[in-house]
Amino acid sequence: MAGSGKAHLRPSESVLLRAEDLTVEFPVGGGRVVHAVSGISFDVAKGETLGLVGESGCGKSTTGRAILQLPRPTGGSITLNDVDLTRLDSGTMRQRRTDVQMIFQDPISSLNPRRTIGDIVAEPLQVWGPKRPDDQWDIVARMLDAVGIDPEAARRKRPHEFSGGQCQRISIARALVMEPELIICDEPVSALDVSVQAQILNLLEDLKAQHGLTLVFIAHDLAVVKNISDRVAVMYLGKMCELAESDELYASPAHPYTRLLMESHPEPDPGVAIDESMTELGELPSPIAPPSGCRFRTRCPLADERCAREEPQMRRVNDDHYVACHHPLVAVDDDLSAASRQPTLPLTAPATA
Amino acid sequence: MTVTSDAGVAGGGSRAGDLLVVDDLRTHFRVPTGDVKAVDGVSFALPRGTTLGIVGESGSGKTVLSRSIMGLNTAGNAVTTGSVLYDGTELIGRSSKEMKALWGAEMAMIFQDPMTSLNPVVKVGRQLTEHVRFHFGTNRSDARAAAIDMLQSVRIPEAAERMDNYPHHMSGGMRQRVCIAIALACSPKLLFADEPTTALDVTVQHQILNLLSQQQRERAMTMILVTHDLGVVATRAAEIAVMYAGKIVEKAPTPVLFAEMRHPYTQSLLWSIPKTSQPKHTRLSAIAGRPPDLINPPPGCKFAPRCPYAQQRCRDEEPQLVDGPGARHQFACHFPVGTPENREAFDRNLASGLPQTLTVAGCLAAREDIVEIGDGA
Repeated sequence: MAGSGKAHLRPSESVLLRAEDLTVEFPVGGGRVVHAVSGISFDVAKGETLGLVGESGCGKSTTGRAILQLPRPTGGSITLNDVDLTRLDSGTMRQRRTDVQMIFQDPISSLNPRRTIGDIVAEPLQVWGPKRPDDQWDIVARMLDAVGIDPEAARRKRPHEFSGGQCQRISIARALVMEPELIICDEPVSALDVSVQAQILNLLEDLKAQHGLTLVFIAHDLAVVKNISDRVAVMYLGKMCELAESDELYASPAHPYTRLLMESHPEPDPGVAIDESMTELGELPSPIAPPSGCRFRTRCPLADERCAREEPQMRRVNDDHYVACHHPLVAVDDDLSAASRQPTLPLTAPATA
Repeated sequence: MTVTSDAGVAGGGSRAGDLLVVDDLRTHFRVPTGDVKAVDGVSFALPRGTTLGIVGESGSGKTVLSRSIMGLNTAGNAVTTGSVLYDGTELIGRSSKEMKALWGAEMAMIFQDPMTSLNPVVKVGRQLTEHVRFHFGTNRSDARAAAIDMLQSVRIPEAAERMDNYPHHMSGGMRQRVCIAIALACSPKLLFADEPTTALDVTVQHQILNLLSQQQRERAMTMILVTHDLGVVATRAAEIAVMYAGKIVEKAPTPVLFAEMRHPYTQSLLWSIPKTSQPKHTRLSAIAGRPPDLINPPPGCKFAPRCPYAQQRCRDEEPQLVDGPGARHQFACHFPVGTPENREAFDRNLASGLPQTLTVAGCLAAREDIVEIGDGA
């Protein structure tokens, strides 16, 4: 996976957000560098939800933050509404950030415990919104109401008086007051119980429809991502493996890593057969010294010496399905022979590096 | 997992094949505002060599239940009553000193967070041999050799070198393997796994669960798998007990629970989980409201305020966990799912406009995979 290439990008006039060759590196001392995100490209059309899925350390959160220039990416470009955010000076960028808001994983720690809900939700407006507090409160009250929180009752309360699910609703209201075009949701339901998770996912779908929002939804739970996303991008160790329309991706994963994720996902159905052979340690290599060629090859059952030598490029499977793999599990447009070679090899023993 | 074919699990009734019999177990925590009834009257029997899955949301009492059985609730304000018979011996009322002989050797626990359940300043090797030497008086070198074997059996590469590592040298998945090795080192008969994979990535979770079921089979261990994730227990437990507000509300062999669930909470829980088999943007049926206050719980059924089928009787009279018509299937509900009474209750609530019933009805209309109200999956 090392998936580079831009075959999967759509014409720029049809998209709201476009990331090209996005690279984020963090120096860790001694001249070493963590390659958190290494040259990924993707786009999000207006009104669409893009899911980013992968294991911890795959760079999905870093990608989300890089869109907001927090921190600025090491390389590549982020284009929002035809403006390249990476070229803006920090003052202009600060203003542009009102168009992009973020919702974080831990709803309780992302709200300041010493401030009231009325203040927390109004803060973006105090910077950019109407100057009169009454006008600000009108907007805050409307947004709190939209997320299912009683505005008058919540106004003078503090975050500790609310449950995790309610705090997440308040975070969503705070993200909405600027009427952003794009919301980046970084694992917004991972810390919540399943019943509350369903409430928040339904709320996000409703708000998306009402406010015409575009979402980038980052999560590690495959079922959650499928439920909310129109398209899903699978990431591994800073690279993109596969990108497809959600139903298509889950019906016919083309990348061995996507299939590994799906086989590992515990489906709440006792009828599903589980592959019990997978007990060996298969863990993420270090992002400081990622494997050459395809980064997944150290865990991939199909890996051969070509995977070590040459980084696979994004290739088209069909209209809305792209994969970066030398040995894809389904036929790829420009390379039909590769797929017919080994259509369904069992994903068991990871090959050694 | 392995189920002995005819090992019946009755309410609290003991039989020879049972390793563990819990009867009316209650754990209350005294706090200034009253008693938090974390576990409030739980009874079950566990046959040897089987796996019981305990499922519930945060605050349902699933963790306190397993800690109460093991005698780990040592806080001064915890009051545990009832009976826990382990292999015929009563455990409730024993001091920590008396329990020490059982911990590790007879029963062991794997905790949720592998980052914090290992001592960060002690080498892995010592953490693996300490209890072996305590229980069996093994000498240092034999214990070390046994520990290396244990690490190999949980598939840790270069086991001998790993013995001199500190926990921070290892990844989360590797640390959880060490925790499993520690738990299994004295060959316990009963293993508690309390959310053993919640902190881990999905691929690592899969490996760890495989490893656990493999070890369980090889050692003919009895296991209690505590989790909030129905997906984890669906394929890994022979039986599942669903907990809500400190009580078991439904308990059945796993295939029966999924095919013929009777308790509305079990049904709501399953309906609220997204599945990869559903098309994208499937409307989820969220459970309305919040879990009850465990200090002053509502008088009747604890789930009634959130239940789409709740009637006046549910609000007045608490249903007891009783045997259903099916084999080993128990549930605590006045209007069990799948019965005509349940259907009537739903229609009545729909007519009177009960909010949670309207929400469920709205969601069902939008979903194709749930055909009928009484439908299990």
